Parts: sequence; structure tokens; C-alpha cells
Amino acid sequence: MNPNDYLVLSAILFAIGMLGFLYRRSALVIFMSVELMLNSVNLTMVTFSHVHGNLDGQVGAFFVMVVAAAEVVVGLAIIVTIFRSRRSTSVDDINLLKY
Amino acid sequence: MTVPVLTILALLPIVAGAVVMFLKGATARYFGLAVSLVTFVVGLAAFLAASRGTDLSEKHQWISSIGAWYALSSDPLSMTMVLLTVALVPVVLGAEWRIGRTGDAWAGGADTGDSPQLPGSIFFGLALMLEGLAIYCFVAADVLLFYLFFEATLLPMYFLISGWGGARRRAAALKFLIYSLVGGLIMLVAVIGLGVHSGASGHTTFLLADLVRMNFDGAIGRYLFIGFFIAFAIKAPMVPVHTWLPDAAEQATPGSSVLLVGILDKIGTFGMLRLCLGLFPQASAWATPVVLALAVISILWGAVMAATSHHLMRLVSYTSVSHFGFMVLGIFAVTTPSITGSIFYMFNHGFATAALFLVLGFLVRRRGSADIKDFGGVQAGAPVLAGLFLVSGLATLGLPGTSSFASEFLVLAGAWGRHPVYVAVATIGMVGAAVYVLRAYRRTMTGPIDEGTPPVRTDLGGREKFVLAPLIIVLLVFGFFPKPMLDVIEPAARATMSQLNMTDPQPVVKEGVK
Amino acid sequence: MIPLDTVPLETVLPVAASGLFSLAWLMIAIPLAGAGLLLVLGRRSDSWGHLLGALAPIASFVIGLVLFIELLGRDPSQRNVSVPVYDFIDLGSWHLGIDLQVDQLSILFVLLVTFVGSLIHIYSIGYMAHDPHRRRFFGYLNLFIASMLILVLADNYLMLFIGWEGVGLCSYLLIGFWYQRPAAAAAGNKAFIMNRIGDLGLTMAIFTMLAQFGTVNFTQVSQRAPGLSGSWAALLGFMLLLAACGKSAQFPLQDWLMDAMEGPTPVSALIHAATMVTAGVYLVVRSHAIYAQSYSATLAVAIIGTITLLMGAWIGSTKKDIKRVLAGSTMSQIGYMMLAAGLGPIGATFAIFHLITHGAFKANMFLGAGSVMHGTGDDTDMYHFGALAKVMPLTFWTFACGYLAIIGFPFTSGYFSKDHIIEAAFDTGPVFGVLALIGAGITAYYMTRLMVLTFLGQRRWRTGVHPHESPATMTVPLIVLAILSIGAGLVMTGWIGDWLAPATGSHPEHTGVLHISVIGVITLVVVAAGVVTGWLTNRHGVPSEEPATSNPVALIGRNDIYGRAIDDAVVVRPATALAHGISSFDSSAVDGGAMGTAGVMAGLGTALRKLQNGYVRSYGLHTAIGVVVVGVVVILGRMA
Repeated sequence: MNPNDYLVLSAILFAIGMLGFLYRRSALVIFMSVELMLNSVNLTMVTFSHVHGNLDGQVGAFFVMVVAAAEVVVGLAIIVTIFRSRRSTSVDDINLLKY
Repeated sequence: MTVPVLTILALLPIVAGAVVMFLKGATARYFGLAVSLVTFVVGLAAFLAASRGTDLSEKHQWISSIGAWYALSSDPLSMTMVLLTVALVPVVLGAEWRIGRTGDAWAGGADTGDSPQLPGSIFFGLALMLEGLAIYCFVAADVLLFYLFFEATLLPMYFLISGWGGARRRAAALKFLIYSLVGGLIMLVAVIGLGVHSGASGHTTFLLADLVRMNFDGAIGRYLFIGFFIAFAIKAPMVPVHTWLPDAAEQATPGSSVLLVGILDKIGTFGMLRLCLGLFPQASAWATPVVLALAVISILWGAVMAATSHHLMRLVSYTSVSHFGFMVLGIFAVTTPSITGSIFYMFNHGFATAALFLVLGFLVRRRGSADIKDFGGVQAGAPVLAGLFLVSGLATLGLPGTSSFASEFLVLAGAWGRHPVYVAVATIGMVGAAVYVLRAYRRTMTGPIDEGTPPVRTDLGGREKFVLAPLIIVLLVFGFFPKPMLDVIEPAARATMSQLNMTDPQPVVKEGVK
Repeated sequence: MIPLDTVPLETVLPVAASGLFSLAWLMIAIPLAGAGLLLVLGRRSDSWGHLLGALAPIASFVIGLVLFIELLGRDPSQRNVSVPVYDFIDLGSWHLGIDLQVDQLSILFVLLVTFVGSLIHIYSIGYMAHDPHRRRFFGYLNLFIASMLILVLADNYLMLFIGWEGVGLCSYLLIGFWYQRPAAAAAGNKAFIMNRIGDLGLTMAIFTMLAQFGTVNFTQVSQRAPGLSGSWAALLGFMLLLAACGKSAQFPLQDWLMDAMEGPTPVSALIHAATMVTAGVYLVVRSHAIYAQSYSATLAVAIIGTITLLMGAWIGSTKKDIKRVLAGSTMSQIGYMMLAAGLGPIGATFAIFHLITHGAFKANMFLGAGSVMHGTGDDTDMYHFGALAKVMPLTFWTFACGYLAIIGFPFTSGYFSKDHIIEAAFDTGPVFGVLALIGAGITAYYMTRLMVLTFLGQRRWRTGVHPHESPATMTVPLIVLAILSIGAGLVMTGWIGDWLAPATGSHPEHTGVLHISVIGVITLVVVAAGVVTGWLTNRHGVPSEEPATSNPVALIGRNDIYGRAIDDAVVVRPATALAHGISSFDSSAVDGGAMGTAGVMAGLGTALRKLQNGYVRSYGLHTAIGVVVVGVVVILGRMA
């Protein structure tokens, strides 16, 4: 198995996530894009863990997963609340927090 | 286990200050004053014990990986400054007894009351915290510890200026803070550089006792010296980085100004002596011509600005710029008399400037204006106020019989042996001092009573006299008998001299023959 | 020219104090305590303050007199007594003490200061009787006596300087005593500030002594002075001269003395005639060992003295204000003393001699002028007087004694002291002699003018003014001083030369009572000419207001030889302009620089905060760009 393949896959996933984050307006899709980026990073870490033969990367991946899970809980709650009050999940409508 | 006197001395006002902030009204004031008096007694006892040779120093490991220590020392220089600090704070609290009450809006800057003054308990608490932090600064024997408290003092001072005073006090406080922070950041770089350099030549340490034994010659020493010096020059303040002081003094209440000029600014000259001169002898010698020139310029500049100033509080702050010039001149002339004189000057100046700020503060509170043009003939209605203004003014101009004379004389006479030209120019500042003090006195106290403005008819009350009396007594007693204080200070100057490997210039003529 | 070749006497070492001498400090402490009490107690001591105030200098005088008698009985080598009091500053090699030196010179000053001081205190009880602040006045007077005694009893320059500044402070306070008059307050400021300029000289002289000798003790300085290099000796001499010029109102720092007449008249008599203004002469005489090392500095003293004696006489001849005539006269007489002090060791004795007789007769005349003012409702304009002799006989006769003394009428005190100076001036340099002689003639002229305008001729009193003789508290001091004006010279002339010789570094000069010389006769002729001129020009047809004049000599004199205008043009206006320049530079450039930096920062902030537009996606883009930039930098860094 060539680790490079995993890394390339990870890079592609990350790029998709990033473009999704930048191009889409729906808060839910942006959220999924963030998850995609996090998981691409997880893939990278697991790959390097395998290559180097120690468990540090896998521990890191677990941390990311835990954080991502927590983030999903809080983030979805916020999105739902905003949707309730504004009837919209478009991030372009939510720009009050500025200079 | 010995009693950690210095730690108690510094922590007592900090902790009590925090408590005072949560008290209300009269309770806060009486408790705050009581704490400051207890601190004064402890400080005086510590000063006397240390001057008799008792070693009160403390040393505990703080951050071992970078060689930082919780180290406090009780050498004569530190203890003299501590004595000044603990003596001034009760006076300030007494003078600002009515602060924060309705009807005590400070009229120093045409107060329009854009925002209400904070309650008086906060003032008392902040003043006490400032006292403790300043004591830490003076006794710290570790550069990192010193730096920590050097920066920490800015917080209470910022709120003291912005909380009470004239209409534009927020801006003045911000200006003070930014100037001080810029100096502090430059100093932080120098502190880090000091640690790194000490690590390069052995083990990383911030302990002063270790650092003075290290060799900081060459370019590195010069850069570090400049870093420290800029910070202390802003603090002191010296021309051309002095402009924050007049603004702060104009807007702050007289009590805050006393804390600022009398205590906090002394950290600048203290630091120059302790760190700039103590750690970098070679760089100091290299920078001496520039520093002395700046000192002389400060002396004359401050005198000129004071003589042309129309705002009484700005006037006093400019006199201080002039006086800090004298102190710096004495420190960098590096002779035993001049350094002794400089340390004594720091001590005296605290009392003289406090007396001047407070007595003028009482005057300004009566009239509701600080513009010199709004006064005239005050002596007729308030002779005691006029008399005390004159005495504190004469102490400011260094008249013999006031303690400022002994210190100014020692600074100039000591420096004359090495730098007669600088001293000759600096003495013009003595004429300037006569001009600005007597001009202010003549314009406010003498002449016919000004018809256009309500005359000041009430003389000083009991509390005001009681507050000013100790200051005047200190000025006069040390004016006639400076020797006891000088005997305490002299070892500090000698220690600096031997640390620098310098000797005093010797008299040229020994015998009466050519 | 100036005889520098005379071998200076060996410096007489002081002997330790014993017995009464160890109490010498009481002379200073008593008036100091009096001043402290009167000023601190305030109005509580109003009812008895003047009595306590008057007792203090009398007590000092009694102690001084006892010490003087004690010294008289001693062997000349034992007459220099040192009285240590306490250490002022003790740092390494510097031992600066508050120690007294009672010697032939200082004891004479003590007697002059305390005796004249006591009389003036008594006089002031009457003179200031109606002033609500009489107690404060006596407090200041006591402070002055104490400071003046510190000045003359000091055994070192630092303590002398303490007294020097103390008398300056008292002078300031007393000139501005009537603080509600703006002119008085301004005059006080001017006196203090001009003195402060002179003080620069004294402070720098002290610094130089510490650097050169390591001591400021008079005896030690005298001993080591011969080791000075020529340039330092000259510099030191000029520094001390600057100090003396400030204190003694000598050219070019003379202008404050005229304005000082704004103070109450007893103050003018005590401070601005008899004692404080002569301190400069005392300083020069005390520093004789330094002047012996520098010909140029000594010559400068003589030149300054000569210029001032002529300037003072000129001003005195043209003024209408009786006090200002006397002030001009004081300047002129101190000019004589300075001239004498600049003539080398021999002149120093005469300088002190003239100083003492002048102290008596000038105090006498100032107090007489005060009595005239008291009687005429505080008028000082001589054109408003005339024919006062009949209504104020005591004042007239005592004033006449002072008049005879100052013009040098034979066998009055001024005759002995001033003629010696003129003779010594001729011995040293004919130019000095001739100028001093001219000064004597002008002195005779203006004093006769004053006498005639005030006491003789027709009455030109203002309506409603009823001149009357003053009370006994004022006339008794006048009588005592009048006796001294006439008799002091006769008593002292045969004795003072020997007495002062060790302290002034001169050799004893025996001058008998019947000492007749050619120059003495010429002087008498010149003085007589001055008297006759003064008599004839002011005898008849005196207008009752000062006549306008286009005579340039008179105009210049009336304007104090434009001293103020010159000071303004040369010092005050340039300094003010510079000060205002610096002041605006401080607020524009220095503060502007700092505030400008702050402005740039604020502008940058305003521009950059636009990036915070609230769109999540643009924040994301910034982050992405940041990541790319960091990545590029890292990769390029690896490659490099």
C-alpha cells in the first residue's frame, strides 16, 4: 500500500471541503464542509501514524473526532436557533457581527 | 523561620486595597487610611532595621527553568524609596478624603461632568494597591520580578487617572498608558535579551546579584542599556518623552498626581541607577555624554515650560521634569556625592512635589479653576494657604533650609568635579526655578483681590493643615539636618561606585604651594 | 598699580571654643526661634509679637557684646575662635559643617547687625503700629537677623551661602510685605531673581572650591589658595564677584535695589542700607586669599566698584523720591567699599571700616526719611516737603548728623572711612582716585539737595498734611544712630587697622586721628564745592512738583540709567521670546510627534477594520490566503 495515495486522497478531500466552505451559502453545507476538512486531516494523521509506526497520530485523530462531535452539537444548536428566528440558514444574511 | 517583612509590607496594601474596593463610604475611607498607616509603621520599622544593618532580604525559587527568582532585597536604595512610598500614601489618602462625594468634582480641567466620578472607596483601594506594587518594584532583586511589577503598576495608575478628575481625564490616562506601555515593551525586549545573554554565558538567570557579576560589555550591552534607558526615561520623564506627564497632571486629581510623580516616576530614576548603571557600566560610560545632555536639556526645558505655563497643575508637573533632570545628572555623573545627592533628591522631591500639588489642589478646589489668571490676592483671605504654598514653592526651588537644597547641592557639586560645563549650564535651572515659583506665587497670592472672580475666603481647614504639616516638617527637618538621612543613603552610592570600579575625583590642590 | 607684592600674613589658625564662645550659636538660635514662634503661632501672637520680636535681636546683641569684650582681652593670636555646632553633610572627604567662626571680622559684623537691628526693631514698633500685620513683619525681621548672623558667623562658604540665601528670602518677603500692591510684589520678585543670578556665582565658586581644595572652610581655603592655578584663581575670583554684585547691587546687577524701596522703610534701613547689601563686600574681603592670587579678578572688583559708585551718585542726584535718593546713595557708598576691597589687602580694612560707619549713618538717614514719611502721610516726594526742620526738629538734627557723616565733614565717621579709601585709591591708580574724588563731590551735592529740599526752604506741603514729630520709639533710635554717625569714626580709626589685620590679610596700618594729607585737603575742597552747588541750586524757587526736564543727564538719572530697559532688552525679552518659542515647540513638535504617531496608528486601524465585514466566507478566505502564504514561505525557506 502506498501511503502517498492516502495523502493525495486527503488533499482532495480537504480541497473539496475548503471550496465548499468558500462557495456555499447554506450554513448546514458549510458545516459539512468543515467536517470534511477535519476528516481529511484525520486521514492524514492516521496515515502518518501508520508510516511512522507509533500511535501519536491516531491519538490526535481521536481528539479531533471528539472535538468535532462537540462542535457539531453546539454548532447545530446555533444554526437551529438562528433558523427559528430568521427563517434562513444563509450565512450571508448573518453579518451583524462586524466593525 | 524569619518573618518575611518585605513580602508582608508589599502584600498588605495590595490585599487590603482589594478589600477596600468592596467596602462602602466612611468604612472604606477609615479602613484604607488605617491600613496605610499600619503600612507606614511597618515600612518605617523595616527602614530603621535595614539602616542598622539587619538583612531583610528574601529569596525563593520562582521559575527555575529560566532562572527567575522571587528575590527581594533591603539595601539602602530600596529602603529609602520604600520609606518615601509608605510615607506619601497616607498623606494622599488624607488629602483626597472627600473624593468621589458629590460636590467634589475636580475642576482642574473645566469639568463638564460627561461621566460621573467613581466612588471614593475605589480610589482608596487603587491607591493602596499601587503602593504595594510600587514597593515590590523597589525591593525586587530579580529583573523579571521587577519588570512584572513595573508593568503591574500601570493598571491602578491608569484607573486612578481615568476615574477622577477633569473632563478630558480618559484621554490623559490613555496617553499615559500608551507611553508607559511602549517603554515597557522596549524594556521587555531588553529583559529577554538579558536572560538570553546570561544563558549564553553560563546559566540563564534574572537574579540581579548574578547579573552584576556578568560581563555585558560591547554592542550587546549597549543595546540592552538603550532598551532599559528608554523605558526609564519615559517613566522618569525626560525630555523629549515627557509630554504625557503634564496632560496627566492637568486632568488627574492632585492626589493621583502625587502618587504618579512622587512615587511612580521615581521607578524611572531608580531603575536607571539600579539596572542601567548597575548592569552596564561600560555602556553607561559610552552613553554618558548624551544622557547628561538630555538631563541638562530636561532641567532647562522643564523650567522654561513651568515659567510659561498658565495651568497650575501643568506648572507643577513641569517643575518635576526639571527636577528629574537633576536626578539623572547626579546618577550619570557617577561620583559618591552626586549619586548620594540623587537618591536624596528622589526622596525629597516626593515630599516637595506632594506639598506643592496638594496645596495648589486645595487652592484650585476653592476657586473651581486652575488657570493662573483666575487668581489674585489670595493671601488676604487665606494666609495659611499662601504661607504653605510659599514654603513648598521654596522647597521646590531648592532654597537652603529645605531638604531639596542639600540634595541639589550634592548633585551639582559632585558632578562639577567631572563635568563642570554641564553643571554650569544646569545651574541656570536654579534661576529658572526662582522665576517659575515666584511668578506663580505673585500671580496667585499677591496683588489686589481680583474683582471678577469670587475671592478665596476660606483658609485651610483642620484636615488640610494636618495633611500638609508632615510634608513641611520633613522638608524643613532634613533641610537643616540632612546628615542622618545621608548617612543611610551613602552606602548605596558607595556600593554603586565600587560596583562600577569608579573613584571620586580628588582635590587638585592639597597644600598651599604651587 | 595694585600692590600684589605685599606678602600676605600667615593664615591665623582658629582656636577651639571654650567657655562663653561655645554658646555663640545662641545668637542665631534666639532670633530664629523668635521668627518661628511669630510665624507659626499666627494671629494668636498679635498682641505681644512685636515685643518678643524686638527682644530677640537685643539678646543676640548682648551675647555679641560679651564675646567682643572677651576677644578684646585676648592675645591677637587667640582671637579667631572656631565654634563647631553640628555636621551638615559628611560624605567621604567632604566635611561640611554648620560651624561658627568668631573672629575680628565677624564679631564686628555681629555687633553692627544686632545693634542696628535692635534699634530698627524698636523703631518699627512705632513705625508699624497701625499695620494689621505688624506681628508678621517682626517675624520676618527676626528671620532676617538670624540669616544675617548665619552669613557672617559661618566658618565656611556653604554655611555662608545658607545665610546668603536666607537674607535674600527675607529681603524678598519684606520688599513684598505690602503684598496687595502689585509694584511691591513685582519688586520682591525682581530682587530675588536678580540675586539668584548672582548666587550662581557663589554656588559655582563653592563647587570649584570643593573640586580644587576639597574643602570650603575659610581657613583651609586661605591656606591652600596659593596652590591654585592662575586661571582657576581668576575664575574663582570672578564667580565670587558675580555673587557680590548680585547681593550688593553692583553693576550690572544693580537695578533691583531701586525697586526694593517699595518695602517698608525700616526694611530699607536695615536690609537695603546697613547690612544685607554689604554682604558682597564681606564676601570679597573674606576671600582675600583668593583675590591675592589673581590680579585680573582684583582689578575687576575695583572697576565694578568705581562704575557703581558713579552710577549710584548720578541716580541719587536726579531722583525726587527721598528713599530712592538714599538708595542711589547706598549703591554709591557700597561702590566705594567694593573699590576699597579691590585695592588689595590695605583697602580691605578700609572697606570694612566704611561698611560699619555707613551702616550707622545710612540707617540713621533711612530711619529719618521714614520719620518724615510718617509725619507727612507716607509721602516720599521731596518736592512736597520743605521747611520740615521746624516741625520735626529731632528728625532734622539727627538727619543732619548722618548728612555730615556721609559727605565726610571733618571728624565725623564718614570723614575717616571714606577719605582713607580715596587716598588708597590714589596710591593704587590715579584713575581710581580721581573718579572716587568726583564721586565724593557728587555725594556732597545730592545729599545737600536732599537736605535743602526736605528740611529747609519754603513749605510746599500738600493740603491736609500736618507734619508732626514721630513718637519716642522712633526718635530714640534716631538719636543713638546720630551719635554713632558722628562719633564712631573717631573711636575706631586708630584701632580698626590693627584689629582687622589678621582677618583681612593686611598689614597693620597706623592712621592717626589728626591725619592730614594733600589728598585729604583736596577732598575737602571738592566736597565743599558739592555742598555749595547743592545749596545754591535748590535754595530758592523750588516748584512743588518735579519739573519736567529735557536735560539728558537728569533724564538718564531719573530712569535709573535705563537699568531696567537694558535688562529687558538684553535678558528679559530674549529669554521670554525663547521661552515662548520652546513652549510652542513643546506642544506642537514634541507632543505633536507623539500624537502624530498615535494618529497614524488610528488611521491604520480605521482602514484595516473594514476587513471585519461580518461575512463568514470572507473570513474563511482570509484564513485560506494566510495558510497559502505561510505554506509558500515555509517551502521557499526550505529551498533556500
